[in-house]
Amino acid sequence: MRRIVYSVPVLVIASFFVFWGIRTTYDPTAKFRASRDSARIIAAKRKELGLDKTIIAQWWTWFTHFLQGNLGVSDRTNDRVWGMLTHAMWPSLQLMFWGTMFALVIAIAVGVYSAVKQYSIGDYAFTGISYIGIAMPTFLFGLLAISLLVTLPVTKFHLTHPYLYSVGLHSSGKSGFNIDYLRHLVLPVLTLTVQSVAVWSRFQRASMLDVLHADYVRTARAKGVPRRKVIFRHAFRNALIPLVTVVALDSAFLIGGLVITEQIFSISGMGQLFLFSLTGGDAPVLLGWFLVVAVFVIVFNLLADLMYGVLDPRIRIS
Amino acid sequence: MTTSSPETMAAAELALPPGAEPVARSNWQLFRRRFFRHKLAVLSIIVLFFLILVCFGASWLAPFPKNQTNLLITPGGPSAKHWFGTNEVGQDLLTQVMYGGQISLKIGLAVAFFSTVVGVVVGAMAGFYGGWIDQGLSRGTDLFLIVPELAILGVAIQRLGRSDNSFIIVLAALGWMYVARVVRGQVLSIKQKEFVEAARASGASGTRIVVRHILPNCIGPIMVNATLAIAAAVIAESTLTYLGLGLQPPATSWGILLNQAESAVTETSKFYLVFFPGAFLVLTVLAVNFLGDGLRDAFDPQSEHGSK
Repeated sequence: MRRIVYSVPVLVIASFFVFWGIRTTYDPTAKFRASRDSARIIAAKRKELGLDKTIIAQWWTWFTHFLQGNLGVSDRTNDRVWGMLTHAMWPSLQLMFWGTMFALVIAIAVGVYSAVKQYSIGDYAFTGISYIGIAMPTFLFGLLAISLLVTLPVTKFHLTHPYLYSVGLHSSGKSGFNIDYLRHLVLPVLTLTVQSVAVWSRFQRASMLDVLHADYVRTARAKGVPRRKVIFRHAFRNALIPLVTVVALDSAFLIGGLVITEQIFSISGMGQLFLFSLTGGDAPVLLGWFLVVAVFVIVFNLLADLMYGVLDPRIRIS
Repeated sequence: MTTSSPETMAAAELALPPGAEPVARSNWQLFRRRFFRHKLAVLSIIVLFFLILVCFGASWLAPFPKNQTNLLITPGGPSAKHWFGTNEVGQDLLTQVMYGGQISLKIGLAVAFFSTVVGVVVGAMAGFYGGWIDQGLSRGTDLFLIVPELAILGVAIQRLGRSDNSFIIVLAALGWMYVARVVRGQVLSIKQKEFVEAARASGASGTRIVVRHILPNCIGPIMVNATLAIAAAVIAESTLTYLGLGLQPPATSWGILLNQAESAVTETSKFYLVFFPGAFLVLTVLAVNFLGDGLRDAFDPQSEHGSK
């Protein structure tokens, strides 16, 4: 509860800084500068948009409008910002959902395996791979994946359609959950999660090792519980708890990854909307984007806190 | 157990006349011993020195002048004359990678330096004095945790201009907070130790306690974070430049070379355009990360060797 109360002022203050940063970067009257009688038009426009007021007053107008569900219209397309954002959210949520699921399953499996078989060949191999994964920038992995997994098979086997697609989430005219969707999904999800898988698996390995060396695990073994049962019943469940926090804290990082992934794989989601708005100088959309993303990250962190309390009774009490 | 614990160090320092520091020297020897046992870290140092030498010595070492185009030759893969091949406008890729590394490495090193200096100063003050600096630091960093760094970076670079110096300023402005948080935590725990109390009792000023007694004990985490900052800055620059939001030609960086290599993605024969700049980028980040691991083990006497 205290966390929820605390995150509201954080959001409000952050929104002010974002507003200030973007308002002073982009001049919405710039496009009228070349027109005839520009001074008069710009002056009128400034009055209409309220740019003659102080930055705090402008921010307050914008923020109260937001609370009423009105984020204004885009400078570029004159569409309603809220509509553009909700439209872009759906593909991004799909990527985030599959990405998080995929990364969690792989990271937990690899982490637990590496911890249980510490210093085995498999452990060293996964360690080496994860070091490369951590050192691999997201966009570079995307480029390599397209070259090696899409273009190379096409040239080599003279295919008319690649095995895995690198554009969009569906072939034109198709939709829904089917094999076509999955063939589109594989590469973006891999690209989005390569860093998360590497980092989370290292983390899971460390937390599993901690638990395996805990007293209650030794007690269980001494009591004669079979090793396999101790690992999965006693150790595994407790080793998952710290990962929850890490995954939640990484949600902002994952959205940064969306910007890169969606650009490389031409998926029209939040990431691409951000890039288009940034290069097009579309301040209203950028402002709305930052706000929606910030709310999303805060909600995600709160959910993690709640889950943490459910999973770990010691925290619930304190 | 050797004489490296902070308590004995501080005690020895109080007993000795100023200027004589035998304990500090033996610490350095211990550090060196532990660091050189870490083979990957030693290899990383060599690789990094090599990269810095090759990139910053490009003016003397590069086979062709910077950005020299040659439209008469057919662009092609690696050959005896062009080790890394040539790109669409006939630029020698090896030359471009070397000059590109100058910018990428310069940004990485400068960001690590500035964010470490600012982070250590603010973090130490927040941890030692507490009060409004501490409050401001925690609340301030909370603001930045809820928005993706890439997005802040993108907007800030458009605002400050798309040059390598804006990258250094913005990345350092974002990066110092991590260092400050780490240093603050370290200072908070070391502040409680007896040797700090002893120093205070013998009349040392606050600044002297921080600089002489507390910060030397935080050197490990500080150095590790500095290496992480190099890696993060190099990746951030190349990512933003690749997306077309960062540096622009005629400047050259590994990000620019990868941005120009877009055509390689659709033609298998041009894969080398992605491979060479990409390999240098990954090699740099890998080496820096291993260096950080080596430093962590070397600075921390308690860490068991081999537990990665």
